[in-house]
Amino acid sequence: MSEAFHHRIQEALLDERLQAALYAATGRLMDKRRSGVTAQQLPDYQQLRTHAHRIKQHTLENLDYYLELVERRVAERGGRVVWCRDGSEAQSFISGLARDRGVRLAVKSKSMTSEEIGLNEALEHRGIEPVETDLGEFIIQLAGQKPYHIVAPAMHKTRQQVADLFERKLGVPREEEIEKQTMIARTVLRQKFLAAGMGISGANFVIAESGAVVVVENEGNARLATSSPPIHVAVAGIEKLLPRAADLAVFLQLLGRSATGQPLTSYTSFLSGPRRAGELDGPDEFYLVLLDNGRSRILADREKRQTLYCIRCGACLNICPVFRRIGGYSYPGAYSGPIGAILTPQTLGLNHEPELPFASSLCGACAEVCPVKIEIPQMLLALRGEVKKAEARERRWNPEKLGFRIWAWAMQRPRLYELAGLATSALLEVDLPGPLRAWGRGRELPAAPARSFRQLWRARPRSG
Amino acid sequence: MAPRVSLFVTCLVDQLFPRVGLAMAEVLERLGYQVEFPEAQTCCGQPAFNSGYRGEARAVGRHFLKAFRDAECIVCPSGSCASMVRHHYAEIFHKDPEALAEAGKVAPRVHEFSEFLVRVAGREEVGARFEGVVTYHDSCHALREMGLREEPRRLLRAVRGLELREMDIAEECCGFGGTFSVKFEDVSVAMLGTKIDAIRRTGAEAVVSADSSCLMQIRGGLERAGLPVRALHLAEVLAGV
Repeated sequence: MSEAFHHRIQEALLDERLQAALYAATGRLMDKRRSGVTAQQLPDYQQLRTHAHRIKQHTLENLDYYLELVERRVAERGGRVVWCRDGSEAQSFISGLARDRGVRLAVKSKSMTSEEIGLNEALEHRGIEPVETDLGEFIIQLAGQKPYHIVAPAMHKTRQQVADLFERKLGVPREEEIEKQTMIARTVLRQKFLAAGMGISGANFVIAESGAVVVVENEGNARLATSSPPIHVAVAGIEKLLPRAADLAVFLQLLGRSATGQPLTSYTSFLSGPRRAGELDGPDEFYLVLLDNGRSRILADREKRQTLYCIRCGACLNICPVFRRIGGYSYPGAYSGPIGAILTPQTLGLNHEPELPFASSLCGACAEVCPVKIEIPQMLLALRGEVKKAEARERRWNPEKLGFRIWAWAMQRPRLYELAGLATSALLEVDLPGPLRAWGRGRELPAAPARSFRQLWRARPRSG
Repeated sequence: MAPRVSLFVTCLVDQLFPRVGLAMAEVLERLGYQVEFPEAQTCCGQPAFNSGYRGEARAVGRHFLKAFRDAECIVCPSGSCASMVRHHYAEIFHKDPEALAEAGKVAPRVHEFSEFLVRVAGREEVGARFEGVVTYHDSCHALREMGLREEPRRLLRAVRGLELREMDIAEECCGFGGTFSVKFEDVSVAMLGTKIDAIRRTGAEAVVSADSSCLMQIRGGLERAGLPVRALHLAEVLAGV
């Protein structure tokens, strides 16, 4: 497993075009965010972050109450909440519903949760065609790939690559201009919107007091996907709840700015159930799929519960010096970057990729930009401890563990430590296997001093 | 009697960069402090903590607390090690009330070097001279865990003859990250490359930082690239007259 992880990293690092594009694209998003949260733009930014953190904390600590409330509210508006323990329950509900209603085509708006459960593959497997309608997702689906980035799924694609892709897959004349590419996608998608029997969306927020699903976007595709087809299915993790619509005053200010620097996204849709008597637009049926898929386990963990506070803005990815090098496809699971590094081990299990929490310099830039103040480095450290504990439980032979045990033993004995230090200095003089060699591949090793500080200190003429 | 400070030089400075420790002592003595070096000190335990070996980190942490039990004021040339004691001991000792109480007493007495000079000693001008242009690299833990953005810069600006020329990505990690630098050697070196380019673009003749671990990484990269830029600890610059 870990070998594959390192291999994917290598691949990204060796791709020079990707390296330049990735660093530039994340840098642009970083700059936009920075100018969106300046003291002039958003004087209350820090207070909003604290407030958002507290709202999430409150909601999750009372999640049982809010989940029951939202179920009632959705039912009162003529919709239905569907509880799903895991991805396969969600898959079978959605595909079963599609089959019952004779749906052959489903349009989708951007949803990381549906990526998490592999919904597209499941629908295809059952003969239902899912069509991604967000431009980035549309590109990715045509390419047969996964989203590269939570917010910018096609970040790794150049417009030349998109031109090739459209020409090959859609049979249109090659077009490198982004505006024209957008028009091509629009023409294709408009037909799909009109023909679809089902619209599937995610949810940025679910308002417990009203049962409304809130979706933010910039392209209008989510609004169309949820209002044109006769059935709307919204897929949301149980952590997406907010108690009241008033709480959006905090979260909407933070989400757009943190993601793209926008004070608000172009569209903010409140989707509350099927079309009612006298209304012109909206679906005939509405379902809110509330997904657990490991979330209640995270909720039970007091220390790492805040992982669930995430609002998927992607700011931690853009600023992460590791993500900016290894890119989205190096990470296992649907979520990449720092949030993926703490979320994936908790949902898919530590063993899925035990090295993932270690792939960080712990620089802390992610926590600095997180709009809901998730202490990501703290979570990584906790996960590292758990990985090592699990290794010890399984009594797996581990030279590193032995090394640290000897190290800790010596570090409690200053005389021994002094001798050990001399030995280390001597090691620096020769070429050695292991960590020193790994260091030396891309950097010079430090020159060993003739004497340590404590030796020099002892030899120092006493002043005063 | 002159106020007393105890040096916690860190294991890295003790073993590999002793001049940084001496420079720090020199500056403190110049400011009138009586400087002592508790000989029992070794490491704060951070390497084990960051690698997931909490038991080993606790053992070394307890030794640290013992070694500095009688110190009234501890000064350390590393934001990372200072932060380990100040912020992370509470976490590793949360099930050990005795060590936790001890850590609670020692933690507020630990100061990173620039923090001590500016916030505790109230000094920015320390009588240093350095002819040339330098750029400052923020070490992540000094910046984000200790909140020291302005302190080192104020000290540098007060050095006679020194011009501080900022790089565009001063706050971006150099890629060191402890064992990360060898576990993910290729990623670490790629991050370092970005940093080296930024340093080069400033045209500075030295890059200054407040953490010897970052400097070890940056110096390793500068030397490998064959660049005639020196990597200096803040204490080394401030000790120069």
